[in-house]
Amino acid sequence: MKETFFIDPQRCIGCRSCVAACRECSTHKGYSMIYVDYIDRGESTATMPTVCMHCTEPTCALVCPADAIKVNEDGVVMSALKPRCLDCRNCVNACPFGVPKYNSEMHLQMKCDMCYDRTSEGLKPMCASVCPTGALSFGTYEQIVPLRRTKPVNAHVFGNQKVETKVYLMLPTDDTEVSIGCGVFEGRVTAQNERESWMEAQVEESNKSNEF
Amino acid sequence: MGKVGKFQEIVDAFGPHLHDEPKGGWSANREIEAIVPTHCPYCAVQCGMNLLVEKGSVVGVEPRYDFPVNEGRLCPKGVTAYLQTHHPDRLHYPLIKRKGMFERATWEEALNLIVSKFKESQEKHGKDSIGVYSGSSLTTEKTYLMGKFARAGLGTRYIDYNGRLCMVSAAAGNNKAFGVDRAANPWSDIPFADVLMIAGANCAETFPVLNKFLWEQRDNGGVWIVIDPRETPTARQGDLHLQLKPGTDVALANGILNVIVNEGLIDEEFIRTRTNDWEATKQIILKYTPEVAAGITGVPAEKIVKAGKVYGRAKTGMILHARGIEHHSHGVNNVLSYINIVLATGKIGSRGRGYGTITGQGNGQGGREHGQKADQLPGQRSMLNPEHRKHICGIWGLPEEELPQAGVSVVEMFDKMREGEIRTLLSLCNNVMVSLPDTNKVRESLESLDFYVHIDFFMSESARYADVVLPGTSWCEDEGVTTNGEGRVLKINKAIEPPAEAKPDWWIIREIAHRMGRGKYFGFQTPRDLFEEIRVTSKGGTADYAGITWERIEKENGVFWPCPCEDKPGTERLFEERFYHPDGRAKFHGFEFAPAAETPDDEYPLIFTSGRIVHQYLSGNQTRRIGFLVKQCPEPYVEIHPDTAARYGITDGERVRVRSRRGSGEFPALVVKTIRPDTIFIPYHWGETQAANQITNPVLDPISKIPEYKACAAQIEKLSGERSVVTQITQSEVVK
Ligand code: SF4
Ligand code: SF4
Ligand code: SF4
Repeated sequence: MKETFFIDPQRCIGCRSCVAACRECSTHKGYSMIYVDYIDRGESTATMPTVCMHCTEPTCALVCPADAIKVNEDGVVMSALKPRCLDCRNCVNACPFGVPKYNSEMHLQMKCDMCYDRTSEGLKPMCASVCPTGALSFGTYEQIVPLRRTKPVNAHVFGNQKVETKVYLMLPTDDTEVSIGCGVFEGRVTAQNERESWMEAQVEESNKSNEF
Repeated sequence: MGKVGKFQEIVDAFGPHLHDEPKGGWSANREIEAIVPTHCPYCAVQCGMNLLVEKGSVVGVEPRYDFPVNEGRLCPKGVTAYLQTHHPDRLHYPLIKRKGMFERATWEEALNLIVSKFKESQEKHGKDSIGVYSGSSLTTEKTYLMGKFARAGLGTRYIDYNGRLCMVSAAAGNNKAFGVDRAANPWSDIPFADVLMIAGANCAETFPVLNKFLWEQRDNGGVWIVIDPRETPTARQGDLHLQLKPGTDVALANGILNVIVNEGLIDEEFIRTRTNDWEATKQIILKYTPEVAAGITGVPAEKIVKAGKVYGRAKTGMILHARGIEHHSHGVNNVLSYINIVLATGKIGSRGRGYGTITGQGNGQGGREHGQKADQLPGQRSMLNPEHRKHICGIWGLPEEELPQAGVSVVEMFDKMREGEIRTLLSLCNNVMVSLPDTNKVRESLESLDFYVHIDFFMSESARYADVVLPGTSWCEDEGVTTNGEGRVLKINKAIEPPAEAKPDWWIIREIAHRMGRGKYFGFQTPRDLFEEIRVTSKGGTADYAGITWERIEKENGVFWPCPCEDKPGTERLFEERFYHPDGRAKFHGFEFAPAAETPDDEYPLIFTSGRIVHQYLSGNQTRRIGFLVKQCPEPYVEIHPDTAARYGITDGERVRVRSRRGSGEFPALVVKTIRPDTIFIPYHWGETQAANQITNPVLDPISKIPEYKACAAQIEKLSGERSVVTQITQSEVVK
């Protein structure tokens, strides 16, 4: 499956439509596998959706003592298999993105499996379908690049750990990797002034794809 | 009569209760028997959606990709809307209040009581003693019917609708400037604008799916100038944010246009050939230098200059606005001041050049076209125009002398209840105890009525005061058309039967009309019959639907009005060649800045403003019952800037009393840098002690009669020691 998620936090309006839609997917029966957080409500209305990044070498699966977390041939990291999951929560603690949640009613680790029941049949995941802004979109790399001014990045550096993911983050810079601590969101705040001067030039030049 | 009665027992019986699961629970093995394409019941994006039907119940929703406006997208209200349909709070039977509590009645009993009370009221106090207050979340067929029912059924002059609280300033401004009341462009024009000026519109939260077009414009290299007292998600995402003081829009718009004039960026040719009254307007504009405007608005002069240059220099551009500029005692002036910018730069009438208002209610546009407004007849005709009156009476077969004169707007209607002129109220799908300003006065109005009938499908804060409550239908139990915010007429389809003894609103109104002895004017059998009548009555009017059929709407994914002929397409973009005034020209209107009716003073030192959040719809009567939506934001809060909070010693989450000259309420503080230090904000979707409208000022715009929801003077007071539950979910959690 060449399609994947592209997450563009800049666009997220915190509406949690994705969260509501995720519950509609019949495999996890009303539970949502996607989370939306305010970054710092005191400072800004900025919000950020979190889905499983579907790591190429998933830490969650590597630390699972019961081998309950499987990666399928499309690179989708599945939820823990119910007969195997030991309730140990290693995966919950180990995932660098804070994705898996432990469901104490079902005694099971549950997480986003890229709506595999839908995506394997050519449908979009519910969350990315409904997202009003395109903060969360689903498609191929080739489809998204010409549509956006932001850039898809799928390499993440957490201290000494470098993680490559099937899912991409859309960044407004030339960075090729996301380095946690280097301030993806600090960048957003300082960019305001730059954007304003950029804006006038932009409008004056008007050399845009939509000229007619 | 008109008293709330056993308040707690009514709340216990009819809610709001939270409900959060499809019928039969969250089952993986559904046997879906029908997939019904329709549209969202809420805001005027009117997103397309597919409803999944199992055993006669709507049990889920699927994105609908074939509808070009949303292409599968939905906001959280849209995703969860289907949970209304089998909600345990639904009203299933007619209810008559006895000894303070509602008791189940038969339709026969309820209708007979209504008709005898209506007749008694009119015999004793005259025809105008009955008021009709209608809604805009209804199909256009129903809104048309309400106008006809008031005038031809009851013969009362007093009818108005809740769009009066929403977009009438835009409507009045559009009529004055352009001669017609409709958005100038389809939203598909937005991506072609170099610059968007978004004034008083938090599109992200109030109109979420419109963001699809806004971001396409950004992806094409366009920029956004956002004008808002708060750093809303829309303002945060914009390129330039002008964070003005609430109520100072005329000064800001004049300041921006002053820059455009001084930079030589006006379109002289357009002004000369297609507009009137520029010179007089220009004389006013010249006084509002960026410095003058900055002094009034609190926006730095450099930002005003930048906004003027960016909008003025761009080849294409659009202005979008919403309640932020419209909900003022100078709302019409605000709208016209922004329209001046559009006209002076000639940015209207082609792709990427245009103007539009963001309509809050699902059918805000259709609901203000066919005669449920106090002064309006079908087809955007005027009650005050003898030709129009004659024309409509001719079609209805109503003797001209029986057609009442124009009535008054809703806030004035509620004054007339307290004064004893209106003694009986028939109210359909609205919730004045949340939505009208100064709710304490509204309560007095309802309590002063002799008799009050309310039709709805949930018991609202207002319906609790009624003597008779009749169970109507939810949006997917009936069919008809709505018109979205761009002027596209859409078809709402029926997915299921109404529950128990609930009946379609049009059936209820028809029954009352027949029993009042006015049956000859209400011969229709179905909503389609009503639509066919709208086609006839609107023909030749401004909002001409004559060429629109239900079949065409389905086939073409909506038809834009005006559409006079069946064999020609509707009109997507207005003003390509001419405006709608008789001479074909648009009209400038210049205004001096005038402050809000109430400005801060020593006693009330802050500016109070109100608005919406993404998880609730209008008065919340539908959305405050959906568990998922309520969990996202369980209660209203007051946004306070950290500097202001520090002055009063208030910390985040602490309870605060907010007070104005009208009333007060207690709210938890949300201490955020995203608001101006001189301003506080409360979302208005809640009722009773949580109502923001206990505080707002009921003063009206003299033209549109819209209340000044967006600016009044207020004070805050720390309530020692009490802390509140978290007002918004800020942490990840498993949400069920
Ligand atoms: S993001 Fe976390 S849960 Fe998802 S695959 Fe990577 S390690 Fe596992
Ligand atoms: S649906 Fe999109 S915009 Fe809304 S919270 Fe989710 S990611 Fe953000
Ligand atoms: S509320 Fe508006 S934006 Fe949200 S789904 Fe309904 S129509 Fe679409």
